[in-house]
Amino acid sequence: MHLLLSPMQQTDKLISPSVNWGSLTPLLVLLGAGLVLLVGAALSARGWAKGLYATLTAAAAVAAGVLQFVLWNSTVHHGPKSLVGEALVVDGPSLFIGISICAALLLAALVTDDYLRREDIDSPEVYGLYLMAALGGLVMAASNDLIVLFLGLEVLSIALYVLAASHRKRIESQEAGLKYFILGGFSSAFFLYGVALVYGATGTTRLRGPESIKTALALTVETDKHRALLVVGVALLLVGLAFKVAAVPFHSWTPDVYQGAPTPVTGFMASAAKAAAFGALLRSVVLSMPELRDDWRPAIWVLAILTLVIGSTLAVVQTNVKRMLAYSSISHAGFILVGIEAAAHGGESGDRGIASVLFYVLTYAVLVSGTFAVSTLVGRSGDGAHGLDSYRGLGRQRPVLALALAVFLLAQAGVPLTSGFVAKFSVITAAADASSYAIAIIAMLAAVIGAFLYLRIIVSMFLEDGDAEGERVSIPFGTGAAIGISVAFTLVVGFFPGWLLELARDAATRLY
Amino acid sequence: MLNVIWLIPLLPLCGFVINVVLGRRLGDPKSGLLAAAMCGAAFIVTLVTYFDLVSRPEEARQHVATIFSWIPVGGLSVDAAFLADPLSITMALFITGIGTLIHLYAVGYMHGDPKFSKFFVYLNLFAFSMLMLVLGENMLVTFLGWEGVGTCSYLLISFWHTRESAATAGKKAFVTNRVGDWGFMIAMFLAFQAVGSLSYSALNSAAMGGTLVRSTATAITMMLFLGACGKSAQLPLYIWLPDAMEGPTPVSALIHAATMVTAGVYLMVRVNPVIATAFTWAPAVIAIVGAATALFAATVAVAQTDIKKVLAYSTVSQLGFMFLAVGSGAYVAAIFHMVTHAFFKALLFLGSGSVIHGMHHEQDMRRMGALRKLMPITAGTFIIGWLAIAGVPPFAGFWSKDEILLAAWAHPTNPALFKVLWGVGLFTALLTAFYMTRQVIMVFFGKARWEDHSGDHGAHGDFKPHESPAIMLLPLVALSGLSIVGGVLNLPFTDSTKRLLHWLEPLVHFGEIEGHASAGEKWGLAVGTAALCLASMGVAIFVYQRNRAQAVEPQILADGWRYDRFVSWFMGHPGRQAFEATAWVDRNIVDGAVNGVATGVRRSGAVLRRTQSGFVRNYALLIGGGVVLMLAWFLLRAVGVFG
Repeated sequence: MHLLLSPMQQTDKLISPSVNWGSLTPLLVLLGAGLVLLVGAALSARGWAKGLYATLTAAAAVAAGVLQFVLWNSTVHHGPKSLVGEALVVDGPSLFIGISICAALLLAALVTDDYLRREDIDSPEVYGLYLMAALGGLVMAASNDLIVLFLGLEVLSIALYVLAASHRKRIESQEAGLKYFILGGFSSAFFLYGVALVYGATGTTRLRGPESIKTALALTVETDKHRALLVVGVALLLVGLAFKVAAVPFHSWTPDVYQGAPTPVTGFMASAAKAAAFGALLRSVVLSMPELRDDWRPAIWVLAILTLVIGSTLAVVQTNVKRMLAYSSISHAGFILVGIEAAAHGGESGDRGIASVLFYVLTYAVLVSGTFAVSTLVGRSGDGAHGLDSYRGLGRQRPVLALALAVFLLAQAGVPLTSGFVAKFSVITAAADASSYAIAIIAMLAAVIGAFLYLRIIVSMFLEDGDAEGERVSIPFGTGAAIGISVAFTLVVGFFPGWLLELARDAATRLY
Repeated sequence: MLNVIWLIPLLPLCGFVINVVLGRRLGDPKSGLLAAAMCGAAFIVTLVTYFDLVSRPEEARQHVATIFSWIPVGGLSVDAAFLADPLSITMALFITGIGTLIHLYAVGYMHGDPKFSKFFVYLNLFAFSMLMLVLGENMLVTFLGWEGVGTCSYLLISFWHTRESAATAGKKAFVTNRVGDWGFMIAMFLAFQAVGSLSYSALNSAAMGGTLVRSTATAITMMLFLGACGKSAQLPLYIWLPDAMEGPTPVSALIHAATMVTAGVYLMVRVNPVIATAFTWAPAVIAIVGAATALFAATVAVAQTDIKKVLAYSTVSQLGFMFLAVGSGAYVAAIFHMVTHAFFKALLFLGSGSVIHGMHHEQDMRRMGALRKLMPITAGTFIIGWLAIAGVPPFAGFWSKDEILLAAWAHPTNPALFKVLWGVGLFTALLTAFYMTRQVIMVFFGKARWEDHSGDHGAHGDFKPHESPAIMLLPLVALSGLSIVGGVLNLPFTDSTKRLLHWLEPLVHFGEIEGHASAGEKWGLAVGTAALCLASMGVAIFVYQRNRAQAVEPQILADGWRYDRFVSWFMGHPGRQAFEATAWVDRNIVDGAVNGVATGVRRSGAVLRRTQSGFVRNYALLIGGGVVLMLAWFLLRAVGVFG
């Protein structure tokens, strides 16, 4: 009955699991950089030279990203593997999501440097928190154990609570941090309770591999007795993750927190946290509990439809651009859930669903980071100018910046020749492939409604004349670079999506 | 030459890029001339391609030029590829040909506009997108062009965005087009689902080979038709086109008369085997919608007073004719009418632009009159356009309209319905002759009514309408020539004079429905229709020139049967309320959707604490509710309620 021997029974000889340090390097780099940053900054009396924190963070992001590419290569040659006594895995989806998170971290670091200077905040802690959050995200995406997943979730969340409140001069920022904290704690509790119930029903918290939840579920005799316990546990797991990805009806925190948090942090939340949570959702429920798919797939189906419809319609009535983008990020979560729903079907079309989710997560991470980078600049000193009015006449004042934002918005709307189009196209094809026609049609409808929102911002920028008194938007180097990278990626993937689609498909099939 | 068909869209794209970078430096008129030259060069390449195609045997007149594999993954493989075949090259010929003329005209028309070079940036981008649309080898490339022309149309309608109405009109165009785009997207996925490919050849050969299931074919047809309704301004989605007249007149001529609005018709003809495979009610629906739109728009045109609005409604009406042809299975007639309509409607729009230009931006026909002496060339060419659209033989419009009516009359499978549609078409043709005569008389004949209002134009000094510059008149003359002889494309007399039919035969032979009509019937219909149209023109002259009878122009027609107002009301009231209600729920029960929180925060700390805790409680409540529902579902599943 108890598939995993409890540690109590083997106290006589405590065997520490073999740690594959080489495969842990991406995590170690992020952890090390974070520690160096915090300790170093605390020890030096006058703090470091400006820009050094950001440089270190960006370097750590790049290093972790490159290391994951190296691991990818070894996965191709030697197959996926597990680490630290099967607590973590190195496989296609985990590396793909990990790289997405590192990309988001790099872009956030570039933007935050200029932001902190403009807002006159000197805080190495922000970067330390970024690094910890990214570390948590990586752990979530790579976890093969619900407890480890929860650990990653908490590391990510706690760092984000503080980050959301990190603009000390703005009361909205603190309000956002507090709100996020209270509601995040609320949902984490559900998740943890879910973990406990699943453990109670199956006797293990391990997700895949030998003696895991997946194998336990395959032996239905064992779990049938605890079926109610099990499904309630799964429901609570879904609640916890749905909160993190901001799926309706667990989305209510998003607009307030996105609006109140410092804009670069919002960008990081929308990209990295969402990527990590979708990675965790794939790993914990979709890939590990296929036997229960008849139970949880309808729930995902409903979540996806609610999220698509509510996200895109409420975006239309907003007047604050950060709030608009918050609702738009909700509707993007809906699109990714469409891919998850397709992935839930298993088999060939399931693989296609996983690939579409991975592709969407990466392209959206870059896209939304770029969007919020522009929004950071337009927010101007004080980070308050986020009304639609603040975008008026941007096309004349800063044509290149306005053009970049137009590219991002068009991509978010799913206009062809941008990465956003290919992403939407692949989730909808995956859904159609899995015969989920209703959801595919609703997704297209949401895309149509959602386009109106992006149009409003573009119209404001190019067609309406700006207020002459408005402070001129300045474009510092780091943020400019981040925007440039994001635009380039968005367009390159839009024109030549083949390689990345191939990579995502590859990742989807290289499962531990 | 066929291998370089990608040059055709590339040339306007080059013009676009050059004008984006150097446009301001080139200035007025060089940037415009450059744009026109690029479009002209594309025309020459198309012409060469055309001759290359003609020189080949009939079965070899198809060539796919792949640029690169766009999405080359597993089960889904989509190439960025162009297709040269008689249909696409026919489209490309008149797009680039008429496009060049309109570019030239615009150099004169936009002279002195502060955003002169920007206008040509958009115009070249439009030409590029439109060529992508028609030359695309698969639905995705077409969709790219489809979105592109929509965007350009939107940008060009709101080109003079300082006018509030122009910005609103642009938005309306965008929104209604999105409804159509939704249909297109669904059709695309259905096609992919059914045949595993997005290329037209795969889809059409599946339809011809009988492997496409009938119900799927019907669904694809109806969804594409929804897309076509949006783009080609058919009921009930036509409302954006009359408003689109807020754009500069060359735009109205190029986009909203000659090219973009015909994209829906093109799409229908392109997939004609699918339509032929669908249930017979599907083409019948297309024909009914087409005929209804034709009649509806023609009645509205009778009572318009804005010179461009008459032409706009007339365009909607003529597009209805084309869909009537598509629904009747007369695809060649649809394309024929599309081409001749492009000639004469572009001519009429450019002529109206010349009048507006000469009248210092006056568009109200009630303040015109007797302009033929002051603007002789504009008047002369406009009159040719009038005769062509009114269906007077031997002008171009007569031949193509006649073929559509004949196809409806002789429809073999559902004679009762199509006889009725024929009647509607005939009546619409009479109305067309009537309202166009009315327009010509109000603008160019009768008494000069503009002198009375010269005071309104004090800023212009002494107000006197004047003839437009040569660069604007040249396209008018060229188009009027085409409007006279356009009929030779497809004369019905002998088999050898049906050139367009033979040219398009390989593409439409599966879908084309052969009507059963004796030679006598054909002659009778043609002569009868022409005579009735002439009579209708006579009535209009009787009413408006001789003032022998009171003109009947009820207000309800001038308001377009109040349909537009109804849609605005609906969007403003029940539709708006639905959005507002969602927002209200969200604001009061869910969260501070519309900036509720942040503003509340700024007011005071005390309020802050109260509202904040209240809000968080509400959020938590919502999450809790979600949890309860989620648990309920899973538990009910577990105890077997939902099996």
